[in-house]
Amino acid sequence: MSLVLANVLNDFGGAIEFLFKQQPSQLDPNTEVGGISEMLDLTLKHLALSASAVAIGTAVAIPLGLYLGHHRKGEFAAINASNVGRAIPTLVLLTVFIAYIGVGFVPIMLSLALLALPPVLTNTWVAVTQVERDSVDAARGMGMTDTEIIRQVELPLSLPTIFAGIRVAAVNVVATATIAPLGSVDSLGTPIISGNVYGADGRLGAAIAVSVLTLAVSGALAALQRAVTPEGLKLGAGEPQRRRLPNLRRREAATP
Amino acid sequence: MAEAATLEFREATKRYPGQEQPAVDRLSLTVPAGEICVLVGPSGCGKTTAMRMVNRMIDITSGDILLDDRSVTEREPAQLRREIGYAIQQIGLFPHLTVGDNIATVPRLLGWDKERISQRVDELLQLVSLDPSETRDRYPGQLSGGQRQRIGVARALAVDPPLMLMDEPFGAIDPINRERLQNEFLRLQKELRKTIVFVTHDIDEAIKMGDRIAILQEGGILAQYATPAELLMYPANKFVEDFVGADRALKRLALQRVRDIDLWKGATVRIGESVAETRMKVEDADIDYLLAVDDEGHPWGWLSERALAGERVTEDFRSKAEPLVELDDVLRDALSDLLESETRYGAVVDERGCVAGVLSLELIGHILQTPPEEVPHGADALVADE
Amino acid sequence: MNSWLQLGQLEIRERQGGTCEANNGFCPDWIADNLHRYVDPFLQHIFLTVVSVAIGFVIAFALALIAHRKRWLLPPLSASAQILYAIPSVALFLLLLPITGRGTVTGLVALVSYTLIFIFVNVTAGLEAVPKESVDAARGMGLTERQLLWRVEVPLALPEIFAGLRIATTTTVGLAALAFFAGAGGLGEEINADKGFQSNIAVAGALAIGLALVLDLLILIVQWLMTPWRRAAAA
Repeated sequence: MSLVLANVLNDFGGAIEFLFKQQPSQLDPNTEVGGISEMLDLTLKHLALSASAVAIGTAVAIPLGLYLGHHRKGEFAAINASNVGRAIPTLVLLTVFIAYIGVGFVPIMLSLALLALPPVLTNTWVAVTQVERDSVDAARGMGMTDTEIIRQVELPLSLPTIFAGIRVAAVNVVATATIAPLGSVDSLGTPIISGNVYGADGRLGAAIAVSVLTLAVSGALAALQRAVTPEGLKLGAGEPQRRRLPNLRRREAATP
Repeated sequence: MAEAATLEFREATKRYPGQEQPAVDRLSLTVPAGEICVLVGPSGCGKTTAMRMVNRMIDITSGDILLDDRSVTEREPAQLRREIGYAIQQIGLFPHLTVGDNIATVPRLLGWDKERISQRVDELLQLVSLDPSETRDRYPGQLSGGQRQRIGVARALAVDPPLMLMDEPFGAIDPINRERLQNEFLRLQKELRKTIVFVTHDIDEAIKMGDRIAILQEGGILAQYATPAELLMYPANKFVEDFVGADRALKRLALQRVRDIDLWKGATVRIGESVAETRMKVEDADIDYLLAVDDEGHPWGWLSERALAGERVTEDFRSKAEPLVELDDVLRDALSDLLESETRYGAVVDERGCVAGVLSLELIGHILQTPPEEVPHGADALVADE
Repeated sequence: MNSWLQLGQLEIRERQGGTCEANNGFCPDWIADNLHRYVDPFLQHIFLTVVSVAIGFVIAFALALIAHRKRWLLPPLSASAQILYAIPSVALFLLLLPITGRGTVTGLVALVSYTLIFIFVNVTAGLEAVPKESVDAARGMGLTERQLLWRVEVPLALPEIFAGLRIATTTTVGLAALAFFAGAGGLGEEINADKGFQSNIAVAGALAIGLALVLDLLILIVQWLMTPWRRAAAA
């Protein structure tokens, strides 16, 4: 037993070392891999890829969700977007883009943007449709146009739920960016995908690094959500109210 | 299980930690078997707490509650509760079970066989005026509020418990249906004679439903425990007086029926009778006006002086025989009818529609001033074909 | 860093065929000829999904029941499940390698971890949403805590529980595609073996997505069958 434990610790020890110290590559002893600077470089690339994907996905999903939700249209599509999105393995999503469009930053980034879209769309739609009818009626009665209602009434009240959707999207994208190297894009997953160059230590080290990064992103966004939620909405913030009327079909929004 | 039980509160107290004032303060009262005891009072007076102490949904801090002279703390709570019917304001039917399964809950817990349960379910549904074949297999979500209320009561009655606890069971219903449900419930009680603890915030409901009323003040203190009539005539203190309301006298009228009082004798005549005979009848009667009746004795109208001008009584009416007051009417409703028709007298008829006497405003005023000896209340105040 | 680009392509399998295949295109003939290749990975994929969801359900359901009665457990349990979820699947597969070795078991351990949050959160939410008056009435009628839980609370929480099960299942199908990092096989292995080839992606992808949708539908049917009162109310 202690032998197993010793091996495990040894492996992890080697992995951590990889993160901090440069080592000769397994494949070509003349090249150096690993170390802090390379890890930071890959981390930045990872974040840049993720951030662009989330930004584009959100830029499409929020307006679409606001429009459809406000006009009470597209319920089936909006609710089931997340279900359909879940049914497509991320690996398949990426490789479809690779096989049919090509490798490189743009295709991969777009595939990730497509990944980010459903949670944000569903959450936005659900949040807007659950804004109190009374508030909207009052606004209309005061003479606001549709756009103004969306911007001044529905959007602010929907923000916590929308933000929850963005959180889910972000965590998914950051996690999936790990396999971006399959499409020739650098990220913290590079040592994992190109195991031969980086070695077992590299693979394990990258696994640790990418886990830490995703947890950090998830935690940071959670803290950010708490910070921007208005006091009045703090109760049940982020979770759309689930109404238990038998006649109303439940709307599922992304949870974690 | 069918024998109604006696219930006694013996200095029952409930104190919540960290609160100075107890929620229920040394409550002592006895509910005789087969009677409805209504716990009534303003919000926060502890009436619901007291009720929930009986089936140990809330623990007793000190004192005791005895069901048939046995302390409720003696038994396991779950066991105890299976012998007590429990009906709450929001009803709490199980949405995932059919009506039949809902009602069958406690019988199943007690291990009744399927045949017996099925029979009982049908029996109970009929008892609460619902069609078994139609309702048994439906789900609560498919029913109206009134129907659900009845099923809640049926469910509470399922194993024919010796005691029932009801917490504002008709509270969530609209006023019209509430009255109907109250009457139906009283009719049920007349048949079943259960011991019931009934909680309400509505003093009118308490007066209507209760054999005995316990008025609780804030802090769980018992202000008065008495029959409705006693309560209305001899309120124990200012609080009770205020709670009962300024129109105590009118409320008393709700307790009595027309048949309970000594009606005025009115002279009834048939058209064509001899005037001489008629004049003799008038001497005898308590009222000077003549009431014309037809051959069956049904009132036709009040006759004017001119009808007695000749030898025989003629058809000369001064007014129609309206309103017609029935023997079963509550005095308050009869008074209301008289006032509405702007008359001082009303002909009283029995079940067959025959004249039984005359009711007047004067008579009612007289009643208000003298205390009645025996005022029927609760289920006794209700008559069969209401 | 160009060397790794070439290395990434080293895994290409031998591909027979003509110009269509050489151009990495969508070739129906090739697909027809090579369909048999996908059978084993597909079955393995089903195995990984079903077993991990089953195990995950048992664990998460039990934990949710415990947390339902002992409220103070909710925050730590939710937090733990959240953390597990945040770790990218590839990373988790790799992190487990030194501990559980290479193979199906490692794949299962990781996949089970990902099902936990969905099931736990939904079971908890479902139990939470049971009407309070039904619970009060049940207690008042004399049901023991255990009877209350199994005869009233769990049945009424079923819709929410099934929702969690559906989410967990579709997500697991997706994650199982990456299980080959742990040496656990599955359709992902096929995809990775020839990632530039459209036909390959099309077949393996279609199988994975199809599996997810079919399982989702199956669970939906079971849910519909087990909740007759919702059908009645909707009618």
